[in-house]
Amino acid sequence: MDTPIAECALRLIDEEYFLDDYQGRTPRWCTGCGDNAILAAVQRVCRNEQLPPEKTVFVSGIGCSSRFPHYINSYGFHGLHGRALPVAEGIKLRRPDLHVFVVTGDGDCCSIGAAHWIHALRYNMNMTVLMHDNGIYGLTKNQASPTSPLGLKSKTTPQGTQLEPINPVSVSLGIRNVSFVAQAADWIPDQLQDTIEAAFHHKGLSFVRILQRCPEFLPGRFDPWVQEPDRMLLLHHKDGVGISPDLAKIYRNKEEHDPSNRNRAREIASTYDPMPVGVLYRNPQMPCYEDLRKPDRFYTPAIVKRVLEREFDKFTIHPAE
Amino acid sequence: MSAQALEEEHLTHGAGRAPAEKSRPGGAPGGEPRGQSAPQSKPAVTLDEHIVEVLSDSGEGAQRCGQSFGSIAARTGHGIWTVEIIPAEIQPPARSIAGGSGNRVRIAAGSVTNGGDEADLVVAFNEQVLLGRVRDHELKPGCIILLEDKWRTDGDPAIAAAYKETYDELTAKGYAIHEIPMESECLNYVLDPRRGKNMFVLGMLCSIYSLDLQIAREQVAFVFAKKDESVINDNVTLLEAGHAWAAAHLEIKFRIPRSELREPHMVVNGNIALGLGVMASGMEVCAMYPITPATSASHYLSEVFENVGGIVHQAEDEIAACAFAIGSSYAGKCAVTITSGPGFALKQEAIGLAVMAEIPLVVVNVQRGGPSTGLPTKAEQGDLLFACFGGHGDNPKVVMAVSGIEDCFYSMITARKIAETFNTVVIVLTDANLASAQQPFPRPQLSEEWMAPPVDQSAVGEDALPYDWDARTGLARRFIPGQPNGEHCLTGLAHDRKSCVAYEPDINQEGILHRSLKLAALQRTLKTPPVFGDEEGELLIIGWGSTKGAIEEAVTRLRDEGRDVSSLHLRFIQPLPSGIKEVLQGFAKVMTVENNWSDSVEHEIITDDNRRYSELAWLLRARYLVDIDCWSEVRGQPIKPGAIVRAVRRRLQGKG
Repeated sequence: MDTPIAECALRLIDEEYFLDDYQGRTPRWCTGCGDNAILAAVQRVCRNEQLPPEKTVFVSGIGCSSRFPHYINSYGFHGLHGRALPVAEGIKLRRPDLHVFVVTGDGDCCSIGAAHWIHALRYNMNMTVLMHDNGIYGLTKNQASPTSPLGLKSKTTPQGTQLEPINPVSVSLGIRNVSFVAQAADWIPDQLQDTIEAAFHHKGLSFVRILQRCPEFLPGRFDPWVQEPDRMLLLHHKDGVGISPDLAKIYRNKEEHDPSNRNRAREIASTYDPMPVGVLYRNPQMPCYEDLRKPDRFYTPAIVKRVLEREFDKFTIHPAE
Repeated sequence: MSAQALEEEHLTHGAGRAPAEKSRPGGAPGGEPRGQSAPQSKPAVTLDEHIVEVLSDSGEGAQRCGQSFGSIAARTGHGIWTVEIIPAEIQPPARSIAGGSGNRVRIAAGSVTNGGDEADLVVAFNEQVLLGRVRDHELKPGCIILLEDKWRTDGDPAIAAAYKETYDELTAKGYAIHEIPMESECLNYVLDPRRGKNMFVLGMLCSIYSLDLQIAREQVAFVFAKKDESVINDNVTLLEAGHAWAAAHLEIKFRIPRSELREPHMVVNGNIALGLGVMASGMEVCAMYPITPATSASHYLSEVFENVGGIVHQAEDEIAACAFAIGSSYAGKCAVTITSGPGFALKQEAIGLAVMAEIPLVVVNVQRGGPSTGLPTKAEQGDLLFACFGGHGDNPKVVMAVSGIEDCFYSMITARKIAETFNTVVIVLTDANLASAQQPFPRPQLSEEWMAPPVDQSAVGEDALPYDWDARTGLARRFIPGQPNGEHCLTGLAHDRKSCVAYEPDINQEGILHRSLKLAALQRTLKTPPVFGDEEGELLIIGWGSTKGAIEEAVTRLRDEGRDVSSLHLRFIQPLPSGIKEVLQGFAKVMTVENNWSDSVEHEIITDDNRRYSELAWLLRARYLVDIDCWSEVRGQPIKPGAIVRAVRRRLQGKG
């Protein structure tokens, strides 16, 4: 489990990772799918952070977004619908040395995996969760999801959905020991990358909801915000993400928001027009489950024997002397 | 998932001393000096064995009394088997027939392997819990009953009448009822006799069965080790009081020969043995969700696992517990998830993923009565076929069945080793019977070979493939995150040797072939289990799991009657070891005995065409093409040897 120090030193000298080093298989997402932009942003973050591919694990569930681990060169775990988070927690608990990312979608996270989502926020383990929210089930071909807009006609809702969508950011902020909540959009790649970078740097579970366009089943879903930059609200702060001068020229609607202000974060989270993007909430003080549960000793056969003999003593009956 | 049925006992803390005139200066009750046994005023009747039950309302401490009695008997040199009697509710109404809580202790001269037949002696704290056991046919004819007498004069006329009615009914049935002033005697020593009565009863039982009082004192001190010294002292006082009272007032005195203990033995229940086994196997993560009757294994591990660097993770649900264990296994050493029937059902999809992606995983199913919520606190063997064939698609995994308390310990070591050797899921079936039963077994001699090796973090070859299946065995080395050059995307989708998603027919065929071959490769290493009794004869009984002791005891009794009966007990259910067909051929008839459902051929609409067999019978019939019969019951209790004897006698007479 521990890498010898000599080997670490060797690698520092030897290796520099380039974007190519994170190239996995060729993505099979549809043309124009927002997932491509998210993948590119994540690969740039990996490169910038010089993450060794063998020390990085991308865990996903099932759905379009969950194909992500196949398309990046690292260890990947493309598991069960809705269950990416508990798998990732199991990995992180025993392997704090690994960089753990979770890639999930609105169906995977907010519907079938909703219980795990709530509890993952509560465990607050040090990992980055990217929730690709396109508001539709894509892989199963066009069914309403819990974040579909009210009235959306889909294969399962031919008359239009009748329930209000869930707001993933508001829900996340409702968890008492949530430690990082952000929102980003696939069509603002620089800001998306900065947000993922900030999420990666945060110690604790960072939840990033990424507004993601699905050109196949929900084209136009985000058109008003894509086409009218003024309908976006860019959050910036020294403890969140900044806004580059270039970006500031396009997106003039911005707010300096201190991510430690949870009440304001909740207000911002509840708005969608203008649509806020940036770091809504961040609390670096929140303890992580893996630290709270960190064993004060490491497993060795000698320790196991010593402890077990002591346990056996408690239950042993001895022959009469 | 289910109501946790653990009894809130430990009743004696806070019990204050009674007023001064009741205290005995420097001496034990009845004037007996501390540290000596009661005078042997009457001759003891020598017995081979006895089955003793202690029953109370939930929370009155009968379980602790029974467990302690079992431990004292074991330490004194008797063979024991203890069985918990647990109501499903935490606080069932007082004095209710279904609310009885307590313990059954089978105490014998030699070692015993099961809870035996009906009770020979019952101590009951009220007549209603006693009535519950009578209605369940758990008392032998003429059973000795020691009954708390305070209800006879209860202020509530309905209670007094109910007591008298039951007393009269049971006396008329021929039971030997002794009314005991338990509570009023305890009042001589403590202020709140409801807390502590159990220790008075324990003292009585020690006197009745001529057990060593000093060992009893030590046991009481051990049981209350976490409490104040005053609590220990109060309890020891009550123990001695009960001992002295029984010696002075009861004409019942037994002596069961002791066999000298030759080596140190462990006295633990099956779930604690499981927990100890998890540690001895080198597993480091147990992920679980509370469910009866599995949870007590995790309770025990929660107390001690961190001492070896391990962790018990209580997940948000059963699925998450399984997924968490899979994540831990994937990135390191094999992990375990411990559950019971309904939780096991929920884990199926995740188990299928571990099979598909070839991630080692140990899943313990402490079976309980089903289906649905069923009998949460009671024993059944209803999940055998589900364990073998649960999950969608072809899902080959190893299924082991634990046959006794000692096996609960060793099975964890075997399971971990198989899971990591074959990169697959090993399901270990135990049940509510073993979970809480105690039977001494030789203290294990720990071996470092049992423990998991360190996680491989060395670089793999540049061209190495994550699923480089061996054509003969199906085995492939697994790559663990952190290993350079091993990067790949593990997937639950059909995949090729590179772990690439593959929908091509040949590749799917190839993947399934190799996962299936692993079971055959394991099977080639398994030994044929030994036959109990002669290897040829009229009837072979086959069993699996916790029924081993009862079946073998029944076979011994049947053979003593001159019947040509043997038995075979299976530890590996999937794959089945070689040589079983040859064993079957030595017998004119074969039948399984199981604690699950089978249709009786005596039922008017049951025929060979529609009869549903017991689970192992189904499996063996399919594999060996032998007309294997079965006998089973689903009474929520361990099967009694006497019931098996009666069933076999009927079968041998050609009856259903």
